Amino acid sequence: MTGYLALTYWDLVAASVFLLLNAVFSIVLDLGLTRTLIVSAVRMSVQLILVGLVLKAIFLAGSLLWTLLAAAVMLAFAGREIWARQDRRLSGLWGPGLGAAAMLVAGTLVTVYALAGLIRPDPVWMPQYALPLFGMVLGNTMTGVSLGLDTLHTALARGRREVEAQLLLGRTRWEATRPFTRQALRAGFTPIINAMAATGVVSLPGMMTGQILSGVDPREAVKYQLMIMFLLGGATGLGVLGATFGSLWRVSDTRHRLRLDRLNGGSR
Amino acid sequence: MLTIRELKTPLIGPIDLALHAGEAVAVSGPSGAGKSLFLRAIADLDESTGHVALDGTEREAMPAPEWRRKVAYVPAESGWWADRVLDHFTETADLSSLLQQVGLADARSWEVARLSTGERQRLALVRALQAEPQVLLLDEPTSALDPPSVTLVEALVEALLKQQLAAKRALLIVSHDPDQPGRLGARRFVMDKGCLTATSCQEPAA
Repeated sequence: MTGYLALTYWDLVAASVFLLLNAVFSIVLDLGLTRTLIVSAVRMSVQLILVGLVLKAIFLAGSLLWTLLAAAVMLAFAGREIWARQDRRLSGLWGPGLGAAAMLVAGTLVTVYALAGLIRPDPVWMPQYALPLFGMVLGNTMTGVSLGLDTLHTALARGRREVEAQLLLGRTRWEATRPFTRQALRAGFTPIINAMAATGVVSLPGMMTGQILSGVDPREAVKYQLMIMFLLGGATGLGVLGATFGSLWRVSDTRHRLRLDRLNGGSR
Repeated sequence: MLTIRELKTPLIGPIDLALHAGEAVAVSGPSGAGKSLFLRAIADLDESTGHVALDGTEREAMPAPEWRRKVAYVPAESGWWADRVLDHFTETADLSSLLQQVGLADARSWEVARLSTGERQRLALVRALQAEPQVLLLDEPTSALDPPSVTLVEALVEALLKQQLAAKRALLIVSHDPDQPGRLGARRFVMDKGCLTATSCQEPAA
């Protein structure tokens, strides 16, 4: 067991050599990518260094309040991302609110379950475990929820006549939207299903790679990774289901009307 | 049978109208006058205020799907959610005869994508009639019939509508054909700027 080999900041500068080489190619070949490439790289560096400092501070403080605050900030960013990834969004507070609420419920449920029932750190909210776990759950649920909602809203806006034709024949709002619901749920579930299918064959999952690099027995790392994948699958599923049906409930009403007036946007 | 009092949406009304069993009412008017919005409001597909009742029962007293089975609205452009025609129909005993009556006896095995607009209109009418509604709200049911057989098909559809009237059903039809109301023995109304004339309709409040 070699243990953990620490990197210096000079190592990082050395690691960026190939990226800089790409920037040089971009200038030579006039690809116009130099700016975006450099900006993204600098942005990533600043973000990650800051996150490292913040996490270090939170771990040192070991305070429940700060841990919850960090989780809330993560949730807010993920909620904004869901909102931004939709072509058509629910109007008003529902737009950013529904995706965030679905993630909050699904993510919290799964994270708390894993912390209290499976990993059992002491204390249970120990930020070293809670924050990375919550972050992974949020990231995956976010992808699923945003795909599900985007698919649903686009399909409903395009398929208004089909939905209303069924409503007019005396079907309920749930029956009339069923094909679109199925389409949205499938879109939301696809990334996590694909991730489960491909995991370990093509590339090792990031968390497992990290554990192996820091000297953990691969068999132990696999166990952790499997647990995470089950949790991610569960949380994504719950989040996608909650958000999709919540949105259906909102874009229709109790008189079984399709309320596209509650959707905004759409670049036709 | 169908009573409408002070029906109002942000764009039309207030509109009052009473339809009796076996009676036909025809509404004409310039496009954009709100004729389709009027029918949508009766079918409760758009939000509206006022009273709409069937045989004395307010529509709010029953679930919306039940209301729409009794008061059937067939829009000018119908929606088709599956690829095959037959998936849009329930297999009722009268389906074959209804299809025959509109001259589309073989349509069940066809594909929706290959239907003409006129064929869609007739099939949508059949689809709505299957639920045996008491009131029919039809938006230009014969407007897009295919040229070679216009008169023939029109006669078929109108015969079917007369048969519905004889069965004590009420008919509210939006039509651009000046002769159609006469052929159906319909009372005539004109809709303009959201108001139905020949009924009490004030200017919409600003």
